[in-house]
Order: sequence, then structure tokens, then C-alpha cells
Amino acid sequence: MGVKRRLAAFHLEVDPIACDGFGHCHELAPELVALDEWGYPIITPEPIGASDPALTSARYAVRGCPRQALRLERVKDAESRR
Amino acid sequence: MMRADDLPRLLRGTPGTPHTLDEHNSVFATTTSIPSPLEELEAAGVFGRGGAAFPTARKARLLRSQRGHHKSVIVNAMEGEPASHKDAALLSTNPHLVIDGAEILASIIGARRVVICVARNNTRVIARVTKAIHERERRRSRGVDLVLQTPPWRYVAGEESALVHWLNDNESLPQYRPQRPNILHVNGHPVLVDNAETCANVALVGRFGAEWYRALGTERHPGSTLVSVTGAVERPTVIEVAVGTPLRSVLSLANADPAPQALLLGGYGGTWISGEHLELTYDNESLASIGASVGAGVVAVLGREGCGVVETERVVRWMANESARQCGPCAFGLPAMGEDLAQMSAATRDAKLAHERLIERCAEIMGRGACHHPDGVIRLVRSALDVFAEDFAAHDRGEACVGAGSTRHFLSVPRLEHEGELIWE
Repeated sequence: MGVKRRLAAFHLEVDPIACDGFGHCHELAPELVALDEWGYPIITPEPIGASDPALTSARYAVRGCPRQALRLERVKDAESRR
Repeated sequence: MMRADDLPRLLRGTPGTPHTLDEHNSVFATTTSIPSPLEELEAAGVFGRGGAAFPTARKARLLRSQRGHHKSVIVNAMEGEPASHKDAALLSTNPHLVIDGAEILASIIGARRVVICVARNNTRVIARVTKAIHERERRRSRGVDLVLQTPPWRYVAGEESALVHWLNDNESLPQYRPQRPNILHVNGHPVLVDNAETCANVALVGRFGAEWYRALGTERHPGSTLVSVTGAVERPTVIEVAVGTPLRSVLSLANADPAPQALLLGGYGGTWISGEHLELTYDNESLASIGASVGAGVVAVLGREGCGVVETERVVRWMANESARQCGPCAFGLPAMGEDLAQMSAATRDAKLAHERLIERCAEIMGRGACHHPDGVIRLVRSALDVFAEDFAAHDRGEACVGAGSTRHFLSVPRLEHEGELIWE
């Protein structure tokens, strides 16, 4: 588990239906989340490495979302992002 | 027995006077019995006709591996596309063929129930399906339950997660489904959602076998397909052609304009292709070379006197209005794209700016909805920017093209309803 965790990469995923565009995620993780012209998040497609300091801000963004629309997902190698 | 290379297969009979069960059994009389339907489906290579062209056998196999005592098969005959009439035509000609196919699928996955979903405003089809269900119920006591459901007619209501949401909670709104592969559930039990035309194809395979079925069509996409042709045609029709028929003969079969300016393939979330590509065949492999696909079987013909910019604007505005308004990028982005296109089609002095903004917005909105409704609109807009590049350039310069002034429109777009009028349940 420990080894896997260190090697894993993560990415933020937003539930677009739950999201109401509060913009907290952009405030908490500006390096990962940009906002579009209506205030809805655009999440960077690059995966976040486990030792990346961005992972901490990603966790803040997940916890700070007032709609609980953000999730931190582990990237699977075989699975391509849709 | 029906000859293998005979057309029509699916639409055999008279449109508008559906076959009764006896007539149906004599027309589609079978001599051979198929021992294992799933293997036969796999050998036949039936693919889905709702737009994604997913192999039906693979979907059925996935659902068969799911646990559940109350699985059901959902026949999707919602037809959200205003230009598409194929499911209505099919259910008005051979409703029993569709039900046969759904029953075969039910026996494959172990389902007890078949739910046929027809949009509420399609009353004629509802009457015909009701009659067909009654006919069957009178005949036998055992077998699967047949249920007719009538969700409201909305563009996104035919999307499979919206359909399942309606069956669960009476709300025709798409759902967010992050898991892959995704299995939909009604009341906690897995369901198989298939288009009505797909079910009819399954019925043909179940009756005549894979070898018979493969007599028409291409190697990768065998069988025949229904095409709804609208636009610059004598009258909008649904025709049945073998997959892989040249586009030129599809048009001539439907009495369409033989030299159109452009074609809209797949539906209102589909792709425009230029009228020069008539030598291509009507199947996904050949159309993929120019980035198009068969989609939901819509061919909308744009005549020489039409303006692609105006037509695209009308479709995009309607599609924006049909958004379920659940996801921000779709609820705000699509109307904004419609506004941009309105600037361009009216050739105002902001047209050039609107053009650049539209391209940016396409890139920004792509893939950010819970369903693929915004992606379809973006596909349409991008293909329009590509195919009608000269017209767009003229509109940007403030010179609206000749067609923009004409009052004749080729694509049928329903009235834009006010947000408060939209019925979702």
C-alpha cells in the first residue's frame, strides 16, 4: 500500500452537476484549477504526483468545496481520461 | 423465408399500418432455430443505432455478468432529435420486431421486464405500441413483462442516464456517472438500454442467424440501417439502406437534392460535411476519414440556396435551450455560443470578434458536461466552422452571403420554449 501510494498519481475530478461555481477550488488550488468566464472550474489535465506539493492544495480544494463536488481520484495508467 | 439480400428488412410492411402478431410471424417466418443467441449476436456483429455504434453483444455480455434478480431491458425509442423519425417509423411498421429483439436481449441477460420508452407527445406510436403489447399479452401467460413508459419529449431525455433517471425518479435529467464501464440501475437493478432499431436488428439475427444478417453491410458494420433524410428533399422520409451504401444513392433514394451544398450527418449534435464528399459510403469507417459518423441516422440536406451559418445558429440556439441546465459550462456556455453565432449570422460589426470568441469557447466547454450534450454542439459548431469557412469569412467581413437573406430554412427546429415551459417530469 505504502509503495503504491508513493508511486501513484492523482487528479481532481469535478461533478459538473453538483458544482455551482462558488470558485473556492480556484482560491485554494490556483495552480490546478482555473475558472472559466462563468466561474466554473477548469481542471488541469496533468496528473498530480504523490510527492508534488500541489497535492496538498488539491486536498484543500476538495475539503473546501461547499458543494462537495470535487474528488481526488487516483489515475489508472490504462484508463484514458474521457 | 425472407431473402438475405432483400431490402427493406426492418421496414418490411406498410408504414402506418403495423403488422399484427400473426402477420408478423408469417412475414418474418423462421425455419431454423438459434441455439445460443449471444454467440449468434457476436458473430453477426450487430452494433448500436442510437449514435455511439457500440457492439450490442459486448454490452449484453457485460449486463449478463451483473447480478440481480430484477434486471430489465429498456428499449429507447425516445427520438430526441427533431430531424430523426426512424424509431417512430419502425414502431409504426414492425412493433413486434422490436419487442422480439428486446425479448431476445432479455433472455440473454436474464431480465424479467422489457420497458419500451416512447416520448409522450408521439401519441400515434404510443397507440401502436400499446396495441402490440396487448396482442402479445393475450397470446401467452408466461414470458417477460412488457411495459410502456412515456417520458416527456426533450432532447436530452433520450440520453440513457436521463431515461434511467426518469424511470427511477420521474425526472428526465442526465446524471453524472464517473465510473467506467458504467452500469445503469433502475431501483437498484441493472438495466440494458438499447435503441429500438438495435432491438429490431437483434430480432432479425435471432430469427435468421448471423450468416443471413451479414449478407448486407460492411465487414465491420453489417446489416441495414434506417436513415431519416430531411432538408432539401421532396418530403422528409425514413429509408432503409444497407450499411456502406454510397451517400449519393442514399440521397437519390430519398429524392433529395442531388448536388447539395452540405450534409448534416448524425443529428443535431453531429457533423456537417461538404457536398463534395458524396462518393463516400454511408458507414462509420468511411465517414471517419472526414471526421464524421453515422450517429443516430440523420441526414439533413442543405441546398445550394441555404446559408450554413444561419442554419448552424438556429440549431445551436435550440440545442442551448434544450440543455438540462444542470452543469454550468452547458447552461451558460451554449447560450453564449448561440449569441456568438447570432452576431455572425447577422454579419454585425462584432462578427469577427464573435468568431474568435466562439473558437475559444468551444475549446473551453469541451468535455465539461455530465452528459455529452455540449460536446455534440461543439462538434457541430467546429464542423460548421470548417465546412462553411468561406461563408463565415464573408459574414465576418460584414457581407452576409446570399442564402442568409432567404426565408427558406432547411433544418427543422422546434419552437424555442421559455425556460418555465420546459417539462422535465
